[in-house]
Amino acid sequence: MNQSAATSTPPAPAPTAGWLRRALRHRSFVAGAVLVLLLLAAAALSLVWTPWSPYDMDLPAKLQPPSSQHWLGTDAFGRDVVSLLLVGARNSLLVGVIAVGIGMGLGVALGLLAAARRGWVEEAIMRLADFTFAFPAILSAIMMTAVFGAGTINSIIAIGIFNIPTFARVTRASANAVGSRDFILAARACGKGSVRITLEHVLPNIASVLIVQATVQFAIAILAEAALSYLGLGTQPPQPSWGRMLSDAQTLMFQAPLLAVWPGVAIALAVLGLNLLGDGLRDLLDPRLTRQR
Amino acid sequence: MLCRYAAQAAFSNRLKHTDKHHPHQPMGFFRFKRFLTLLATLLGASVVVFLVLDILPGNAAQVLMGPDASPDAVAALATQLGLDQPAAQRYWQWMSGLLVGEMGDSYTYGSPVLELVLERLALTVPLALMAMVLSTVLALAAGLYAAARHNRWGDVGTMGLAQLGIAIPNFWFAILLILLFSVKLQWFAAGGFPGWTEDSGGSPLAALKALLLPAIALAVVQAAILARITRSAVLDVLREDFVRTARAKGLSRRAALWGHVLRNAMIPVITVMGLQFANLLAGTIVVENVFYLPGLGRLIFQSIANRDLIVVRNCVMLLAAMVVVVNFVVDLLYAVIDPRVKASDL
Repeated sequence: MNQSAATSTPPAPAPTAGWLRRALRHRSFVAGAVLVLLLLAAAALSLVWTPWSPYDMDLPAKLQPPSSQHWLGTDAFGRDVVSLLLVGARNSLLVGVIAVGIGMGLGVALGLLAAARRGWVEEAIMRLADFTFAFPAILSAIMMTAVFGAGTINSIIAIGIFNIPTFARVTRASANAVGSRDFILAARACGKGSVRITLEHVLPNIASVLIVQATVQFAIAILAEAALSYLGLGTQPPQPSWGRMLSDAQTLMFQAPLLAVWPGVAIALAVLGLNLLGDGLRDLLDPRLTRQR
Repeated sequence: MLCRYAAQAAFSNRLKHTDKHHPHQPMGFFRFKRFLTLLATLLGASVVVFLVLDILPGNAAQVLMGPDASPDAVAALATQLGLDQPAAQRYWQWMSGLLVGEMGDSYTYGSPVLELVLERLALTVPLALMAMVLSTVLALAAGLYAAARHNRWGDVGTMGLAQLGIAIPNFWFAILLILLFSVKLQWFAAGGFPGWTEDSGGSPLAALKALLLPAIALAVVQAAILARITRSAVLDVLREDFVRTARAKGLSRRAALWGHVLRNAMIPVITVMGLQFANLLAGTIVVENVFYLPGLGRLIFQSIANRDLIVVRNCVMLLAAMVVVVNFVVDLLYAVIDPRVKASDL
């Protein structure tokens, strides 16, 4: 009887399949994933194809309204807006990935060190993190620009530095929470050192929190890069960037108001996608962190 | 009246409960410790600003005059600015000057930096305050509305709008406001600031009108974040025993919300407001540039363009100090609003 029941029971679905099913039912996750995939696709597409060259000027064709040739029209130099948006997506992604990478790499290391060492090391790292909050990304960027001049690399470094304390705080808080669990005690009882415990047990257990934080910081990095480029401190022409496009469009608002709409829509959709993805991942990866519904 | 006592009793029971777990430290000691941290942070910030904007550029006189300046002219300016003195002495002079309001003279404008900064703060501070008030009103209204209609269409719609608000860059929202109200409807000027006094060709009303669109642009994005926090905090408090007791004693939902829930929900809201102040100041720098407002943000950018490092250094220090001081005030407020907060928790 038991045997027949066992044979008639369908095989248990793999944990990934269950997770995927839950993910596909999660509205925020799906909406966010679609928008982020669109952003990735736009950036990838711009590497191999754009409708027109984003760098070549065509002054006779300047400020054209949307048409079958130029789907979203042309800018003041006759450049195709769709092509500029596609290359701008690549620029935003690049800044986001590197800035979050800097923040995550250094911040997670510092957070783990604080949690593993405790005592004065933890106090020093956390006070340093508190201190860094005195300088919002834009202030750091202003200081760097004043000294080294404007440019993508300086804006990436400024945003990256701004990300470090956030990751350090989140990592330290999560690592401390995990550090008091029984399996860590067991690992310690087995004679494992603090470095091995941190790398083999603590880090994998806080990875979900870090992934969620990375999506949030990614969205913030895209917004910061757009603001810096808008102010002329970030990406420099002729390299297209969404912030720079808005800055150029502002001077032409009476002649071509739509030029000031498209880059903003692109930024908002990218940030919305990352935020929704972050919300969805938070719910799916760590149900204890699920926000109130 | 009875229900209020019942709610307070439940609340004080909670206090006793939390006190058992955390030994109390005297509030005076906490304030003193926090004040020392504030001083240390300000000192650290000043060292960073000095290192980056004075030491790192190498010869600041060369930066000010540009690469084409003659070596004699650069040397003369370096002596005039005191750059030939040791770095520690220059730092000490800057610090001691700051304490008495002496920031040095702007290289470009030729006037005292303090004068320039005060003139620009007359725009930036009212703008930041207007934005703060607007965002608080909007956020509390939206957050309370969403929490009161939890999981209904009103809640879903408001939170959807908040999600969208968080994603919109404030400078783009500012541009959209200009497109609608200045280009299309022509109700407001697209930028500029007439001044507060009639001597400068303006009036308080005209100045407030000029600051309205920038303040809305700043406030809406901040409000979107704060509305989510408010909703979440109100929902948390609504589940507390003392609210249930208040309702059980016959208090209407609305009266419980205003009488008991809102005050208790304000603790996380005020904390986030403090943290948001840094974003608000950063936003002010950007939005001032969208509307061509002669505030502190615009002064910084003009100074960067003019390579006027003395102005940049003092403005950056001022902005960093404002962020640090506001966070300090929020920490103290946090303890005043919630008596359960102890030094050990902060």
